[in-house]
Amino acid sequence: MLDTIILVLDSTFRLSTPLLFACLAGLFSERSGIVDIGLEGKILGAAFAAAAAAYVFQSPWIGLLAGIIVSVLLALVHGYASISQRGNQVVSGVAINFLAAGLTVLLGQAWFAQGGRTPALSSDARFDSLTLPLADTLADVPVLGPIYAGLISGHNILVYASFAAVPLTWWIVFRTRFGLRLRAVGENPSAADTAGLSVTLLRYRATIICGILCGFSGAYLSIAQGAGFIKDMSAGKGFIALAALIFAKWKPVNAMFTCLLFGFLDALAIRLQGQEIPGIGEVPVQVFQALPYVLTVVLLAGFIGRAIPPKASGIPYVKERT
Amino acid sequence: MSKGQLPRWVDYGLLPALNLLAAFIISGLVVVIIGEDPFEAVKWLVWGALGYGEGIGYTLYYATNFIFTGLAVAVAFHAGLFNIGGEGQAYVGGLGIALVCLAFDRFIPWWVTFPLAVAGGAIFGAAWAFIPAYLQAKRGSHIVITTIMFNFIASALMVYLLSNVLIPQGTMSPSTRNFEAGGQLPLLRNVFTSFDFGQSPVNLAFFLALAVCVVVWLLIWHTKLGYEIRSFGANPDAASYAGISPVRVTVITMLISGGLAGLMGINVVMGEQTRLLLDFAGGAGFVGIAVALMGRGHPVGIILASMLFGLLYQGGAELAFEIPTISRDMIVVIQALVILFAGALEHMFRPAVVAFFDRFSSDTAEA
Repeated sequence: MLDTIILVLDSTFRLSTPLLFACLAGLFSERSGIVDIGLEGKILGAAFAAAAAAYVFQSPWIGLLAGIIVSVLLALVHGYASISQRGNQVVSGVAINFLAAGLTVLLGQAWFAQGGRTPALSSDARFDSLTLPLADTLADVPVLGPIYAGLISGHNILVYASFAAVPLTWWIVFRTRFGLRLRAVGENPSAADTAGLSVTLLRYRATIICGILCGFSGAYLSIAQGAGFIKDMSAGKGFIALAALIFAKWKPVNAMFTCLLFGFLDALAIRLQGQEIPGIGEVPVQVFQALPYVLTVVLLAGFIGRAIPPKASGIPYVKERT
Repeated sequence: MSKGQLPRWVDYGLLPALNLLAAFIISGLVVVIIGEDPFEAVKWLVWGALGYGEGIGYTLYYATNFIFTGLAVAVAFHAGLFNIGGEGQAYVGGLGIALVCLAFDRFIPWWVTFPLAVAGGAIFGAAWAFIPAYLQAKRGSHIVITTIMFNFIASALMVYLLSNVLIPQGTMSPSTRNFEAGGQLPLLRNVFTSFDFGQSPVNLAFFLALAVCVVVWLLIWHTKLGYEIRSFGANPDAASYAGISPVRVTVITMLISGGLAGLMGINVVMGEQTRLLLDFAGGAGFVGIAVALMGRGHPVGIILASMLFGLLYQGGAELAFEIPTISRDMIVVIQALVILFAGALEHMFRPAVVAFFDRFSSDTAEA
């Protein structure tokens, strides 16, 4: 029984990681007033770039860097459209998603000629799982041993990084001057502007941070969890992260718990596939797939608390009328 | 003409054309990066879409899909609502059409099933848009987010229904049974035998799409409801002061929008595949966004934009066949760039064009 629980929780961690990176990415962007439904596209673009670079240079670190660069470039396109050009942020996000979906497969096919995939990566070109100190020695200790060795130890470095990013995000957003200003331009940009802050610059910085975090998310999919890029491998994770962000009410620690919950649903769906649950019978796997979205809609409807977005989100800031 | 204003032909002709040109130039650069000749690619693309009867038939077939989804997005745009859920509404609308066809196809001829299927598709599509609309109107939850969520919920629901409920006994592939003659629309290649449509699946739904364009044009610009929709879209506060109920307009507009998206299945489910397949909408709901933006929300513009995208889809397939390094995903890239330049960056060239016209008009004033 304990073994089963540990197995499910273990895969919960693995499945939550890309959501968590993307969710925190969206948090920075939306806190500054930029709605970002292009998370999905940035993850996908980063996953492709990371896999391609990791294959060419045989190094996961160069892969990660390439993923981040591509994701930031896409973020800057979104930033240019929504900050400098004051375009519709949702439209821009949709464009980013399609751009990534098309370009990754097109370039993948042109460069590697494997139907849009990148070549399979050897373990040298991937982030391998780490064994934490003493994990093997302590594995025999009852209860705590399996938890430490099976659950906490044995993940790759990006899993730990995603969870470390949670307190870091909290600290940046709520305890630094930059964070205060970030939230100010997301709530009331004209007040921030009057106080002498550059709304444009702050929003661009938030967009870039969003790009970096999406880069981590994408790289995790293709060079840590997986071993290469597969067409459309983000499979809606950007949108689940968006749902998680709303569910978490734009707060970092809530975001972690929500991503863990959504990751857990995913892990459970895999575990319970084709199995009978006593008293209920077989639950269709689609129920688990739809549940994050259903929960988010229920939350948005105001039945479990209230999700209130940053006040200025989605509204372009006009400094002066000409 | 006062300073900073542009003649109508510039606003509705030149600027959209410049945006489109920018999208195509970048697409051309992508082709160059891949190492192919963009002009060669354009040649194959246009030939594949318009060079022979079957190509034209496919172009019209794809365009039919995009007219429905484009109108769906456009109607919502007029009320200031961004319906990003056309994909899910089209998918669920297809379910309504399939249920009608499955129920009646053995007993009545197609022209009796047809209006029932239209009603089925529209009702199911509208129903799928109802909850997001109601939540937006009554509880203030953002329609963009809820319609995205409903796309995914629709996808999960349809996978379940097709692989567990609607699947005929003894088969493995998740789809319904084939409709009999009473559930199939006539193909144009069998109706207009004098023109060679080849094996293309363009069918009577094409004319339904054109008729729906006229209905939408009448609705938006020549009825009281259309006036309410446009007023609400232009300024929700002013509209509600004028006695227009925001809840009513939001819900009715979204029902119309969802219903229009739901009709897409007439073309695919009843016209081409004659059964309900997994993921038959295939992204057409999202193409509708590009089409509505490019067509500037007007049915005539939407027909033209749909034809262009129909051309890209069919020509792109032919192009991928002739130059395999340029796979069909090139269309997705072009689509993304059109959405980017015609939508998010629509005002990018405006300042330059305004400056140009100001100089031009002051020059003529002095002369």
